[in-house]
Amino acid sequence: MSLATVILTGDVAELPSKRDEDWRWTDLRGLIRAVPPASLVYEGPIGPGPFEGAETLAVVNGHGPTRLHVRAGEQRVVAVRFVSHATETAHLARFALEVDAGASVTLLESYEGQGSGYIAHADLDIRLGEGARLERVVLADDEADAVSVSSAEVALSAGSVFGQTALTSGAKRQRIETRVTHPGHGATVRMDGAYLLADKRHSDITTVVVHDGVDGTTEQLTKGVVRDQARGIFQGRIVVSEGADRTDARMGHHALILSERAEVDAKPELLIYADDVQCAHGNTIGALDEAAIFYARQRGIPDAQARAMLTEAFIGEVIDRIGHEGARDAARAWAAKRLGGY
Amino acid sequence: MLKIKNLHATVGGTEILKGLSLDVPAGEVHAIMGPNGAGKSTLSYVLTGRGGYEVTQGSATLDGEDLLALEPNERAAKGVFLSFQYPLEIPGVPALTFVRTALNAQRKARGEPEVTAPEFLKLAREKAAGLKMDFDMLKRPLNVGFSGGEKKRMEILQMAMLAPRFAILDETDSGLDIDALRIVSDGVNAMRSPDRAMLVITHYQRLLDYIRPDRVHVLVGGRIVASGGPDLAHELEREGYDKYARAA
Repeated sequence: MSLATVILTGDVAELPSKRDEDWRWTDLRGLIRAVPPASLVYEGPIGPGPFEGAETLAVVNGHGPTRLHVRAGEQRVVAVRFVSHATETAHLARFALEVDAGASVTLLESYEGQGSGYIAHADLDIRLGEGARLERVVLADDEADAVSVSSAEVALSAGSVFGQTALTSGAKRQRIETRVTHPGHGATVRMDGAYLLADKRHSDITTVVVHDGVDGTTEQLTKGVVRDQARGIFQGRIVVSEGADRTDARMGHHALILSERAEVDAKPELLIYADDVQCAHGNTIGALDEAAIFYARQRGIPDAQARAMLTEAFIGEVIDRIGHEGARDAARAWAAKRLGGY
Repeated sequence: MLKIKNLHATVGGTEILKGLSLDVPAGEVHAIMGPNGAGKSTLSYVLTGRGGYEVTQGSATLDGEDLLALEPNERAAKGVFLSFQYPLEIPGVPALTFVRTALNAQRKARGEPEVTAPEFLKLAREKAAGLKMDFDMLKRPLNVGFSGGEKKRMEILQMAMLAPRFAILDETDSGLDIDALRIVSDGVNAMRSPDRAMLVITHYQRLLDYIRPDRVHVLVGGRIVASGGPDLAHELEREGYDKYARAA
């Protein structure tokens, strides 16, 4: 039961629906009545992506490179662009990233809508060897009438360092799902995200981190800003398996709702089966602080600018945690552009 | 400069200001003293345009211009500044960024060019030194984790950098120890000028030993019930507000 399978088979009965607990807020079965025809190969120009100056792999309408192997000792910065140059068609991309022991990668992953009404699924398989490092920065800019799912399985090894920041502006239905197998033994995970949604856009950031070994850490910070009739969803689950002692896991989700009809649904879960662990989670959903807005206006800053400034600062906490400087700058510029209209 | 005539204002349907009149000429510093609940902070919020404060009658003008018709940021651009009794924390926005944004927004509203980064930093360093503030503090998010005294000093720093024509200091002395009080007062006194006026709102006469007012007004029950020279502050300190409260 996944969108990927349905794109291949056309059997919409296999789509996840609101009856599936993990998909209750991102109902695809109720939305997709029939699977549209397969997207055609497109080899024309796709313009520049959001990340500049990096080695680039472009996967357009599901066609293009399918794997990247980074060998021991290598340090690479690679942009992988998943482009949907499609109208009323469907496509599936599969991509494997293997990072050998001791290697280091910055993956600048973008989802770029260049059409309308498409259905897209990108399915990623990511493996890190011992002591390997991966920073994955995802920037998703899909079309407002598109359905887009990105799902990644991430398998870590002892001592590997995985950092992720997923930034999205949503789609008609969109889900960015990351499942991490965390072996502990010095491995660390940073799992961040931000959703900036307007109009009727929908975004679902779902993460699962399973701690299977001792001495693992996970820190997670997701923030969201929704306005108009947009809907943001955060489902974060951290599982600490039996025997995964001395796990340190922290999860935060904080959202701003900027209009009456916007909505945020959050389900933070800590499932702890070990005794000696430190785990915490925090979840807040609220509006901008009107007292702070007045303070800024009293200093001469117009209302819209004050709101944009405070909203940007709110999201800035997530962006500041991106390690790669170029990606951080690109993320900041993207957020400023998205938030400028407040 | 500031002229308030028969000002009535309500908060949540309750009338707090009940016919307040006040005239602060350019070049002067006036103090407003009064007991809790007299309407001191309401006056500062009405003059700066905070939401939830509704003017039902009367007028307030700055150099003849109707203040009450303007948005809060427009009032600021006209030169109205409020040093808040409880300054807000602005997470994620460094103090320098905040003040520069404010200064440039005001300049833009007045049709003036923006300050350049080097000009701005020079100004900030100079004013921070005058208030004996660690410049690195200005790189931190505004007021986040600052002590009460540091926040008040930051208010005066903002005032010094924004150089308003009319400044309201709402309980600026609260939260300050004696050394900080002196430094802040020196900062305020340095800004006295023939084309600037200030309104100092305070509970206690102590602040007025450092910032010598030209006039002292007693605010009780939403109106100015007495006005006098600096000595009036001492009299209030000795005798309290009782006799005025009865009169009101």
